[in-house]
This record gives sequence, C-alpha cells and structure tokens, in this order.
Amino acid sequence: MKTRDILTVYFKELRDTLRDKRTIITMFVIPTVVMPAIIFGFGFVASKVVRQARAETPTVMILGAAASPEVRAALEASPRLRIVPAGDDYRVRISEKRLRAAVELPDDFDAALARGETAQVRIYHYEGEIKSGFAAGELDRFFRDYREKAIQARLDARGLPAALIKPFDVARQNVAPPEKVGGAIIGGFIPYIIILLCFTGAMYPAMDLTAGEKERGTMETILCSPIGRTELVLGKFLMVLTGSLSTVVLAGVSSAITIPLGGMFFSRSASAVAANAAASGGTMPLIDPLGLMASFVMVLPVAVLFAAAIFTIALFAKSYKEAQSTVSPLIVVVILPALAGMLPGVELNAKLALVPLLNVSLVCKELVSGVFHWDLLALIFGSTCVYAAAALALAVRMFNREDVIFRT
Amino acid sequence: MIDARHLTKVFHDKKRGEIRAVDDVSFHCEPGRIYGLLGANGAGKTTTLRLLATLLKPTVGDATVAGYGVMTEPSKVRASLGFLAASTALYGRLTARETIAYFGKLNGMDDALIATRTKLLADELEMHEFLDRRVDKFSTGMKQKTSIARTLIHDPAVLIFDEPTLGLDVMAARTIVRFVRDCRARGKTVIYSTHIMSEVEKLCDTIGIIHDGRLLATGTLEELRTRFAENDLEEIFVKIVTGSGKAAA
Repeated sequence: MKTRDILTVYFKELRDTLRDKRTIITMFVIPTVVMPAIIFGFGFVASKVVRQARAETPTVMILGAAASPEVRAALEASPRLRIVPAGDDYRVRISEKRLRAAVELPDDFDAALARGETAQVRIYHYEGEIKSGFAAGELDRFFRDYREKAIQARLDARGLPAALIKPFDVARQNVAPPEKVGGAIIGGFIPYIIILLCFTGAMYPAMDLTAGEKERGTMETILCSPIGRTELVLGKFLMVLTGSLSTVVLAGVSSAITIPLGGMFFSRSASAVAANAAASGGTMPLIDPLGLMASFVMVLPVAVLFAAAIFTIALFAKSYKEAQSTVSPLIVVVILPALAGMLPGVELNAKLALVPLLNVSLVCKELVSGVFHWDLLALIFGSTCVYAAAALALAVRMFNREDVIFRT
Repeated sequence: MIDARHLTKVFHDKKRGEIRAVDDVSFHCEPGRIYGLLGANGAGKTTTLRLLATLLKPTVGDATVAGYGVMTEPSKVRASLGFLAASTALYGRLTARETIAYFGKLNGMDDALIATRTKLLADELEMHEFLDRRVDKFSTGMKQKTSIARTLIHDPAVLIFDEPTLGLDVMAARTIVRFVRDCRARGKTVIYSTHIMSEVEKLCDTIGIIHDGRLLATGTLEELRTRFAENDLEEIFVKIVTGSGKAAA
C-alpha cells in the first residue's frame, strides 16, 4: 500500500470538498451556526412563552359555593387569580382557551369546614396547555394554604399542638455529584446528538466522492490513473471520516461555548450561573468533562463505521440524487438504537455491548455521568472497531467490483 | 505498442441474460501509428478500450500495453497510457494547474517535474491564461485542452482516445485532431475510437471495424477500399456491418 498515493487523494479530496458549498454547509455551517441557533432560538421562544404565561393572572371561574362567602371572598382577594362570572360553558371556554381553569366547590363549603367535615374541591383545567396548567397550579397552592389554615384553626379550637398531625419531617438530601445528576438528565441526549452528527457529517462527502463522481464522469478519469483501488478508497474514505469527525468536533466546541452562554442569557442571573460554572471548574457544570471527552473517543470507531458504510452504499448509486434517496432513510436506522439508549431502564451489559450504536449510546450515557466500566468500554470499543474494519474492507471490495463502479 | 489477443468481455444482466460486449477481438498497433476503432454506438468500442486501460478485466483473452500485461501488471499499464474519452471528465472545483498536478502526482512525478511539464504543456496548448482558474468556469475548448494536458502530464507511450470529439464544436474538435496527429509524430502508440468516418479517414493508419462486439475487418483505408471495391468509407462500413458486401477476391 502506498501512503503517498493515499495522502495525494486525501488532500485533493479535502481541497475539492472545502470548495463545495453543500458539504461546507453540512460540515461547518450546520454544527457551528445552525445548531447553536436552533438551541438559542428554541430556548428564547420557550423562555418567552413561559415568562408570558407566568406574567398572566389566570382567569378562573368559581362553580358552586353559593352559600360560602368566606372561601369565595378569599379566592376573589387572591392577587394571583382573576375571578370571572360563573357560567355553564366553562368546559368549552377552557378548551377554547378563553378561560384558564375552573374550581368547583360544594355550596355549603364554609359550613362543612366549620362542622369539621371533609369537603370536595374539584379543579378543571386543560392538560398540556401551559397557561391552564399554571392556573391549576395557582388553585392548588391556594387550596393547600387554605387547608393548612383550616387545620390550624381546628387544632387551636381543640387546644392541640401542630405536631399532632405532623409527628416527623421528611427531608431529601442529594448525594450525587452535579455531573451525575447531569448525566442522568442529559446523558442520553448527548450520545444521540453525537451519533446523529457523526452520520450527517459523513453523508454528504461520501455521496459526493462516490455517486457524485460517477455522475460528473470523474470516476473513470481517476480510475485510468496508476493509483491502486485500495489507495484510492482509503484516500476518499479518510476525507469522509474527516467530514464526520469535524462535524462532531465543531458541534462540540460550538455547543461548549454557546450552551453556557445561552444558559446565562436565559437564566437572567448571569452572575449565579458564572459562579456555578466557576465552582464546577468548567463550562459544562452538569456533566463530567472527562466522560464527555471519553465519549468522543468512543465515537471514533463509530465515525469510521459510518464513513465506510455510507461510502459503500453510495457507491452503488449512479447519481448523487439516487445516493441521497438510498442513504437518507438510513438516518432512521441510526436514530433508533441511539434513541433506545435514552430509554429509562435500558442498562448496559455484556450482550448489549455488542449491539452496534446502542452500545455506544449506552456507554456514553454512563461516561458523561462519570461512570467508567472499563471491561465494557474495552468490549464496546473493540467490537465497534471490528464492525468498522469490516465495513471498510467491504468498501474496498465493492470498489474493485466492475458491476458496482460501472453500473449503468 | 499495443497487442490485444482474443479479448472477450461478457456481462451478465438479470433481464437480458448474457451480453457478449466484446467477442474475440485481436489487433496490434505499433509506436508512431494510429489504430482507428470504427463502430456504431454500442458496438463494443468503449468496452474494448476499457479492457486495454485495465478499467475492466477480460473474461477471456489478454493484451499487452507498452510491454505490460493488462492482467498481470495493471498499474504499470495505466502508468504507461493516457486515456481521454468523452466520459473522462475533470474536477470542476479544481483549477487547471491543480488538475494537471494531481494526475502528475498519481503518476509518481515529483513537484519539480510536474512544474516543468505543466509549463511545457501550457505553452503548447496555449493554456497560460486560464491555468489558475477553476475548471467549472471553463468553455468546452478550455476543458478539452485541460483534459489533453492531464492525459499527457506523465508523457505516456500509449494514448487511447474514446470518442474524444463527442459533443464538441468544430474548433474544439480540430484541437483534438491536431493533438492526436502530434502524438503520432512524437512516436506514440495511439488507439482512436469513433463513429465519425471523416475523422478515421483523416487520422488513422489502420482501421478496425467493430460491430456487435466482433472485429469484422481490419486494414489500412486503401486496403479496405480495394478489398470491398468501394471508395467511400461509409459504404464500406455499411457493407461490412450488414454483411451485404463480400470482400473482393
């Protein structure tokens, strides 16, 4: 094998690729500009929606409580609720978002409380609608306070201490370090994003250097040169791998800068976030930085696997368009195991360590939580390397097949 | 020198079954001569040339190009030949200079030699004006000149042309024809495949008429005229491929 030839092809492909707008967009613009813009945009819209919802005093209808002026007055006095006149169409109005929530009380609610009986309070809201949810939350809070006061009044009337109904306190104390908490929350999401970027980064160069070359007629030109097919495949493959890895690395660097900035921007408490970040000694306080770096290492053979697999599949296509229609649906095949790794209860074991993509997804989830199972890490890295080598060998084999290269 | 011996190429197609694209083709071409492969579209010209350029492997038969066997030393065969066809396009995002240098490197040349040869070819082909411009902005003529320079950068002993004037305007086609003549004058072994009779008449020392994958007749233009008692090459061609004319005794 001639390394000089491989490098000659690689550097030519690199130069060629860097002048291709389509590939530049996928390799550089999407990970560095579009992804952070999406994160920022989504964060901005989400925070605005939540802020607006919180700023609104929800409209609430009181149903019943005809003979209960006390509770009615307390509700009307609440600055966090805006009481509207009752009507039979409250369900329709809540559904149509003209009313946020309704609360139904027995007519003799006040009297029932005075008698020491248990009264039923029913809150009507629209599940999944954020403003209706906030209104229901406000009503929950109101009646929790109202109940506490009623209990206190009953205890006082009987001369009993508050401890009677509260014999002990329960307090929860988190012992997990912040990165483990972060790993549990976003650990599954990170490998999913990395795997997806790895795939999309490889996709366009792979299609361009195979089907694209066939379509443009340059494949035959290069095949007429003395370079061996293996060297030619390896040179092109290195370019596809570069595309895949650079997409992941650029997205990683870009996210490492933009996500904390976004957090500071949206939290409205920049100093608190900065202090938190400084205390954690990094820009990503919620995940283990060493684990994150280890995740990138684990993704290396995945990038090789993707680069070789997409290269082989795209090689069969006669045109760029045909390659696109063949390769694009594979995103689903890639996403499914990555998504399965995010499911709660799917834990890494020796068997799953051999399932391509799912294994990397699961182990990355553990790595960003700061958990290092060295035996499984070795098994996953080794097995993925074997799959990647097999895919690369297949790519070389296919490139030597006349019916694939000269498919008409 | 090119020596093709009983070259046969069979393709297998799911719908059409076995296709004998090239069937027992033998011919010979010496340095300083042009061998014209004349045939209609689909006659087997391109497949024959791809076999010689080691892009395809023969099912049966063998060939030597510049003394190297296409089956045993394909890399050396490719290093000894320049292949120019309508289907061999250029990289649009590279400049002409980068394209020429790339193929020089693939042929094992060092940077100094590539620079010297590039200057020489740019002088001969009058390419200096567009040498550092990207190929995708070129006119057809500029592309043809770049293709010629790419083909000649390593100064190959053997040149294969497959329908090189296909789709070209008169001026660009004339550049190609002049260039092919120059190759002969420099002692190169040239194979020229076409379906255009006038080009064969102008250029070729020996003509091989190919039809349905079989080489039906070989000879100089004069020999073919005498053998088929016909002056017009087109008429000779039609007689041969339709089998309507017997060779004169």
